[in-house]
Amino acid sequence: MEILLGIILVLMIAGSIYTLHAGDLLSAVISYGIVGFGLVICFLLLEAPDLAIIQIVVETITLVIMIAVIIDSSRDELTKVLSRKTVIFTSFIIVVLAGFAVYFYLATRGMVPFGEHMMRMSQAYVESGSGPTGSTNLVTGVLLDYRAYDTLGEATILFTAAIGVITVMRMKGKTKTLEEI
Amino acid sequence: MKGMTIIVKKVTQLMTGIIFIYGVYIIIHGHLTPGGGFGGGAIVAGAFYLLILAYGSDYLSMTRKKEGSAVSESLAILAFLIFATFGLFIGLKSFFLNYLGKGTAGELISGGIIPLYNLFIGIEVAAALISIFFAFLIFKEEIKQ
Repeated sequence: MEILLGIILVLMIAGSIYTLHAGDLLSAVISYGIVGFGLVICFLLLEAPDLAIIQIVVETITLVIMIAVIIDSSRDELTKVLSRKTVIFTSFIIVVLAGFAVYFYLATRGMVPFGEHMMRMSQAYVESGSGPTGSTNLVTGVLLDYRAYDTLGEATILFTAAIGVITVMRMKGKTKTLEEI
Repeated sequence: MKGMTIIVKKVTQLMTGIIFIYGVYIIIHGHLTPGGGFGGGAIVAGAFYLLILAYGSDYLSMTRKKEGSAVSESLAILAFLIFATFGLFIGLKSFFLNYLGKGTAGELISGGIIPLYNLFIGIEVAAALISIFFAFLIFKEEIKQ
């Protein structure tokens, strides 16, 4: 299980690195899909179908939006030249990342094994969740009863995002009403 | 945006209804099976995306449709908040209280207020995603003119 997850994670990292260096914007968007769909497989392996459904639908929809936006705009990326500054910067980042890796290894040595509960609260939810909430699907019970504030926040974030996109993109409608006034 | 070929249009005619009904099913059965408001709302929005991409943006007169989606999005989140606020006046008097009867677990009408919350979240997510897409499309049309 952990080896399989590791393989998928490595694939996702490779896809995101390719996304950064793709010459064509369309192939960059498509290779970015590797990250999202790899995450879907991770969720299915970890037995989280709720998240898998949301992730696969949202991934497809964002792919459609990005392609619909890109297909009429310019697809060429600016050509980059590998200068001496870039090499020094990259090697510095690699050194920092190696330091982080050592730190993470030292920090996670004493943790609970993979797949076991760490907190008493989640154990209580799993054992007696469907009784007080009356919902057979435990995830929905937690999302909309115990943790309804979180759901309100998520819905508000989406609402704000839609309002922001409409405000930024609809320049013409604004000027038209001003002229009419 | 122009529409696509007759093959795509025909397949879209056949598939859109099924996708829409599947999204509504995911929303309504959110408290029984995996899924819920977010996933189902995104699937419903996907059905509309399919229609717009296949038939082109002239087919649905977009500016009017965008007003409708933006208004329904705002109304859905308002209804969600109002239903949550009712909990302040009933029973234990706390925000987001599950004050309706629980029913027997496993039936379609059970879980108290949870199916209603799911419904409003689904409407909100679907309308938000559709209005974002409409905003991009209208922007593109206006840039061309």
